Amino acid sequence: MDYFVLVIAAIFVNNIVLAQYLGNCPFIGTSKESGVALGMGLAVVFVATLAAVITWCVQEYLLAPNDLDYLQTIAFILVIAALVQFVEMFLKKAIPPLYKSLGIFLPLITTNCAVLGIAIICQREEFGLLQTFLFSMASGVGFMLALVLLAGIRERLDLARVPMAMRGTPLGLVMAGLMSLAFFAFKGMAS
Amino acid sequence: MITASVLILLGIGFTSAVILAVASKLLYVYEDPRIAQVENVLAGANCGGCGYPGCAGAAQGVVEGKAGATVCVVGGDAVAEKVAAIMGLEFSSMEKQIAFVDCTGGIRAEEVYRYAGVKDCRAQHMLYNGSKMCPEGCLGFGTCITACQFGAIEMGPNGYPVVDPNLCTACGGCEQVCPRGVITVWGMTARITHLNLETDCLAPCRQRCPGQINIPRYIEQVSRGDYAGALETIRERIPMPLSIGRVCPHPCEGVCRRGRVDEPVGINMIKRFAADWEMNSGTRLPISCAPDTGRKVAVVGGGPAGLSCAFFLRRLGHSPTIFESMPKLGGQLRYGIPEYRLPKAVLDWEIQGILDLGIDVRFEQFFGKDFTLDTLREEGFEAVFLGIGAWMNMNLRIENEDAEGVSTGTEFLTKVGLGVESGTGKKVVVVGGGNTAIDAARTSVRLGADVTLMYRRTRDEMPANMEEIIGAEEEGVKYLFLAAPTRIVKDGDGRVTHIEYIKMELGEPDQSGRRRPIPIEGSETLIEADTVYTAIGQKPELSCLYEDGVCQLEETRWRTLAADPDTLQTAMPHVFTGGDMHTGPALVITALGEGRKAARSIHQYLNGEPPHVDARTQRDMIPYTMFTDVPNVGYRERSEMPHLIECDERACTFGEIEGALSEAQAKRETCRCLRCGLTCYNRDMVDGQECADGDCVKNQ
Repeated sequence: MDYFVLVIAAIFVNNIVLAQYLGNCPFIGTSKESGVALGMGLAVVFVATLAAVITWCVQEYLLAPNDLDYLQTIAFILVIAALVQFVEMFLKKAIPPLYKSLGIFLPLITTNCAVLGIAIICQREEFGLLQTFLFSMASGVGFMLALVLLAGIRERLDLARVPMAMRGTPLGLVMAGLMSLAFFAFKGMAS
Repeated sequence: MITASVLILLGIGFTSAVILAVASKLLYVYEDPRIAQVENVLAGANCGGCGYPGCAGAAQGVVEGKAGATVCVVGGDAVAEKVAAIMGLEFSSMEKQIAFVDCTGGIRAEEVYRYAGVKDCRAQHMLYNGSKMCPEGCLGFGTCITACQFGAIEMGPNGYPVVDPNLCTACGGCEQVCPRGVITVWGMTARITHLNLETDCLAPCRQRCPGQINIPRYIEQVSRGDYAGALETIRERIPMPLSIGRVCPHPCEGVCRRGRVDEPVGINMIKRFAADWEMNSGTRLPISCAPDTGRKVAVVGGGPAGLSCAFFLRRLGHSPTIFESMPKLGGQLRYGIPEYRLPKAVLDWEIQGILDLGIDVRFEQFFGKDFTLDTLREEGFEAVFLGIGAWMNMNLRIENEDAEGVSTGTEFLTKVGLGVESGTGKKVVVVGGGNTAIDAARTSVRLGADVTLMYRRTRDEMPANMEEIIGAEEEGVKYLFLAAPTRIVKDGDGRVTHIEYIKMELGEPDQSGRRRPIPIEGSETLIEADTVYTAIGQKPELSCLYEDGVCQLEETRWRTLAADPDTLQTAMPHVFTGGDMHTGPALVITALGEGRKAARSIHQYLNGEPPHVDARTQRDMIPYTMFTDVPNVGYRERSEMPHLIECDERACTFGEIEGALSEAQAKRETCRCLRCGLTCYNRDMVDGQECADGDCVKNQ
């Protein structure tokens, strides 16, 4: 049951982008089309899960035993950057169609604070490996959900007459804010 | 502590580096360095106009050979040249492409659908499937305008988008968002080779025109004073607006929707006005041609079909050579149509304009005698167009038909056209009811003869144009209807003295829909004649196709050359046909249209693809466009063609009879156009419309 609550909380209540305000840059940048949003979301789910699990190992077996917790941020950035590069190489070799469809999104994830944030939250909450795995994946799904929902709204907004100054990113940010408010309705359901 | 931190970080960094180094060896994927080079020279707009997701994708496409040097639609020639240099290719100038809005309809959706504030043609299309009135045309909500990154489209006064060709980069953004396919990004080649599709915005006149001229478009251009633009529109379909403006029997006007209100728009008058405007200006408008391909094509026959085929082949970049049996080009336009309808000087001026594009001509070359399909192939001609027309006359099959003084209308007209003595006597009888018969009769009148035209049906069943019939009558041609020749009477010298005919009465309608003439027994009568011209039909002379008694190509049962009706390709893949040789005797505009169709097929053939047409190609009139109810249209009088020569002077001169409209008259006539699409039309001229001047004000 705890695991279930953990997953639900990560997706809805503590949504990484709408409640924690992490990863806003790719959230606005890649939410113009549903197809693109879904691709980016899946990439984040994959990388965030992998990164959280590896950084958990780094923290548990390298930093913590040597009392070097203060190196957490820089060490995690190093690990995530290397991991994304590795994943990119692997996909390019092994699954070229997937690599092509992800395109620019994979490198974007390197600098995605949502991925780093998920890894750090796992440490702050002192999750075990299984919890880290579930939480990071659920957080990735939460990111994907928010991204796809916003993309749907923005596609719809493309059909509307919107003042020139508000078109594109400004209206996207307003929508993100409104979605964030809407997600606050989940507060108190789980924590 | 510091040492441990540094060591740990270095350790993580080093481990990552080692893993990535090993991975880069194991997972190495070769990438052509040219991809990066090409990407660097592309415009970097990531507009998607090339069809690739971005410039990187386009660069990859170029290196993989999926895209050409001209992939970047924004970059233009400069970028294409750089890409070609990287790829080791030669580059010659790229054909200019622009967005083209093909909807001249007046009324769009009557109800603007609003769904939670959405007012956009895509929503309208999704929810309502478009306009109430036109299932194809523009809804006029301007999504394309928003989509254009370059500000090249704006909403015109009639509620449909107008493209500024100078700003358009042909990126295709507008084309992608338009749910109705109204906007197409294309260049000259595509426009020339486009055949009418049922999904195009085809006003009835456009559907009926055998040349497929975009009539509403050029009328609209004339109304704006853009005569050069109008001529360019016409020349995308036919090369001879001057000739057609004079001799076309304008089938388009027969289906003009305006004719349901008062009288059809004088479509041909407007065309002639635009064509005459160019000729009278003394300077020729430039006609664009695609870069040279160096592919040689033989065009056999320099009549309307051959000239049209050569013209469009040249514009598509190929090198046609016309083989003509006569001393001058023009075919039936020169040798079958009299001077008073089409002055030779006008025809010469027009043909010279076509030849100036770079078309070779070899005169007095007879197909089957001076050259054959085999010799053409040996000479390096990769394709052949056969358009030798239909010059062989049908016989009357009556006694003494070979008498002196009896000849065919076309032979007579050819002699007059060549300036040779025709031997016309004082009492001429012309047998037939078509335009050739009328031409022979009116020409004989001008040579000082007393002319009687004998036709076996009544005046109403005559296939000739009504204005021609009336014109001939005004000039003194006498009609003898319901009479068929039965015998030629000749004197001792073998010269015709009389023609015996039998009176007819009309019976039940036959296959042609006309009532069948039945002879009245015992009604034979003699009429005096020293010259008889027969004009009862022609067919192509196909004996030139035979070698050693064997025809290399197929004939139809009507003794015309068999070919695919859409592509005009014959049984021999590199041989194409068109004009009267394919259709049998038909209109000049039909021959011109077939010339373009054949040029299109030859272009496809030379590009290595089998000649083909779209499945949606329009062949017949589209039934739902043929409605008769045209409400709320005000009455406006049709302009009349001015006559250059008064009636009593006509009979003694070959000077041109009909003149052209004045500029004011032409503009007034354009105001009568309803700007129809498939179904929509302007109910009437409204405020703000370009030609809503004093002449166009509602007059009901």
